[in-house]
Amino acid sequence: MGRIPRSYLLNRVVTLLLTVWIAATLIWIIPRLSPVDPADIMLGRMAAGAGAVENADQILAQLKENFGLNDPLVIQYLKYIRNVVTLDFGLSTATFPTRVSTLIARALPWTVGLMLLSVVITFFIGNALGAIMAWDRSPKLVRVAIPVAMVFTSIPPILSGLLLMWLFAAKLRWFPLTSAYGLTVEPGWTWGFVQSVIHHGFLPALSIVIVTFGFWALGMRGLMITVQGEDYVMLAKAKGLRPRYILYRYMIRNAILPQITAFALKIGLLVAGQVLVERIFAYNGMGKLLYDAILDQDFPVIQGVSFVIILMTAVSVFLVDLVYPFVDPRIRHDGGET
Amino acid sequence: MTGVPGSRAGELKGWQMRRLESPWMNPKLFWGAGLLLAIVALGIIGRLFWNLDLAFTGAAPLKLPPVGFENLRGQEGAWVHPIGTDGSGRDMLALIVIGAPNSLFVGLLASLIGMSLGIFLGFSAGFIGGRTDDIIRVLSDVMITIPPLLILVVVQSAWGDVSLTMMALLIAGFVWQSPTRLIRAQVLSMKQSGYVQMARLSGASTMHIMFREMLPNLVPYLFGSFIANVTTSIVTAVGLEVLGLGPQRIPTLGRTIYEAINAGALIQNLWWWWGIPTLLLGLMFIGLLLINLGLDEVSNPRLRKLQ
Repeated sequence: MGRIPRSYLLNRVVTLLLTVWIAATLIWIIPRLSPVDPADIMLGRMAAGAGAVENADQILAQLKENFGLNDPLVIQYLKYIRNVVTLDFGLSTATFPTRVSTLIARALPWTVGLMLLSVVITFFIGNALGAIMAWDRSPKLVRVAIPVAMVFTSIPPILSGLLLMWLFAAKLRWFPLTSAYGLTVEPGWTWGFVQSVIHHGFLPALSIVIVTFGFWALGMRGLMITVQGEDYVMLAKAKGLRPRYILYRYMIRNAILPQITAFALKIGLLVAGQVLVERIFAYNGMGKLLYDAILDQDFPVIQGVSFVIILMTAVSVFLVDLVYPFVDPRIRHDGGET
Repeated sequence: MTGVPGSRAGELKGWQMRRLESPWMNPKLFWGAGLLLAIVALGIIGRLFWNLDLAFTGAAPLKLPPVGFENLRGQEGAWVHPIGTDGSGRDMLALIVIGAPNSLFVGLLASLIGMSLGIFLGFSAGFIGGRTDDIIRVLSDVMITIPPLLILVVVQSAWGDVSLTMMALLIAGFVWQSPTRLIRAQVLSMKQSGYVQMARLSGASTMHIMFREMLPNLVPYLFGSFIANVTTSIVTAVGLEVLGLGPQRIPTLGRTIYEAINAGALIQNLWWWWGIPTLLLGLMFIGLLLINLGLDEVSNPRLRKLQ
């Protein structure tokens, strides 16, 4: 257990800030390279949808401000960066004049909750399976059955989501088809509401769990194979320790730690997958907000949601990187590089 | 006791044995590549024998089931539309004949461009070192944490309709990081290895060392990374399509799923509408997984021993 050296910390902080800055800048620049003016598309679409648009002047003024039709580019960019830093993305055009940050604050807890739940479940199931797969004492049957389960892992969560939704929600009607809680229950800390949330969240969580546990399992298997050849495992066997004891205390303990760094690289994909699962289940999180915004061409919301999700991803990666040296004393960060 | 190599040697000629022993001939690679080729073949043969005009809206009756099934209105499937039609009267077979190769094309093109960028940047970083290395390393560290889907959502909702190639190019901007990191790490370790030192001492040029000495050793890793990126690219493309972005006028598997969900195909039990594209995508991903597992065995002999 060591303290984190300052150079390592600095390195990570710089990477985090750079990531967020580059993402914010990309989100700002690329739409401006667009051959079409987003403000045009949006107004056209709104007019087509509603006939006469209420508050049209205000919306237009806001759009002009957002897309910077008034200021020189540098000023626009600086304004944008200032807004991003304060997480202020302006007003939603589809549900004018709600603030984008209000919409995001409403959706975020659902997304974070669903994600934490599925990540924790997959971590345990996946690592346990991976360890069993590589362990020389596990029954043959386990090792034959697991690669079959692995195949499922190559499938993105959106496809597993569709299949589960069709089977358990549309066909069998065991679970509800859409939304994060029932229409008839009042949100609050009541048993009825919690029950409804669990009932609605089960399928979305399952669609993610089913296709991600294999990532851990495959990684764990690889690490276990490496650990099996180590001298200290041989020694433990020679000492006549119980195989189960060797498995838990010698092999899994050493194999599980590098899994955490592998996880840091997967966070981005996981997040993207969950956004899509939320979209097909119309789960009340960021994915649905994003999808609705795309349908309504609500550009400030699209920008805001994308940025916040990228920010979340970058911060998670940062935290994993920071925690890692604490849990694995073998790793020392002397110069930022291993 | 067929597993002992010595007993085989007497029965087989030298080259036959070498082929059997070659790690590249493992069944996972074979079946994986077979699956992908089958999807490509579906696109080619389908184009020759099936009328693709049926992929236009209103070319057929709505919501017909595949042959041998009956839809909720009691209509039975007919051989005119062997795997049914969608909610706006398009023939499903024509849709997937066009759509399936499209998805694969986007994945391959994006990954190929990303790979080339990665090889270039990885070698530059590993060989030149110094400032160049710092910039490339930090940039790939940064870009690897940004989920491509979310930037692309912003891009495409501002750009409106894009072509397939354009989408592949956009995705390619996000799949160069892992090959870059991989190659950089390998180049750094290889630079110290005996044979590279040897080549350098014997006066080989940098180009010769890079492409003749080092690159062949990287091939299994490069392939693995390439296949992983094909998967990532297809997942990203399908993600965009399911969110209603991506090419608007060309049939893709993701767009078909998008339309099916929006039309409530799940509740109406129109399983063929969303199920067939889902199945095809699933097969595509399983094919890619098998190839990747096969390549793992090539590059990591430890896994081979375990079998």
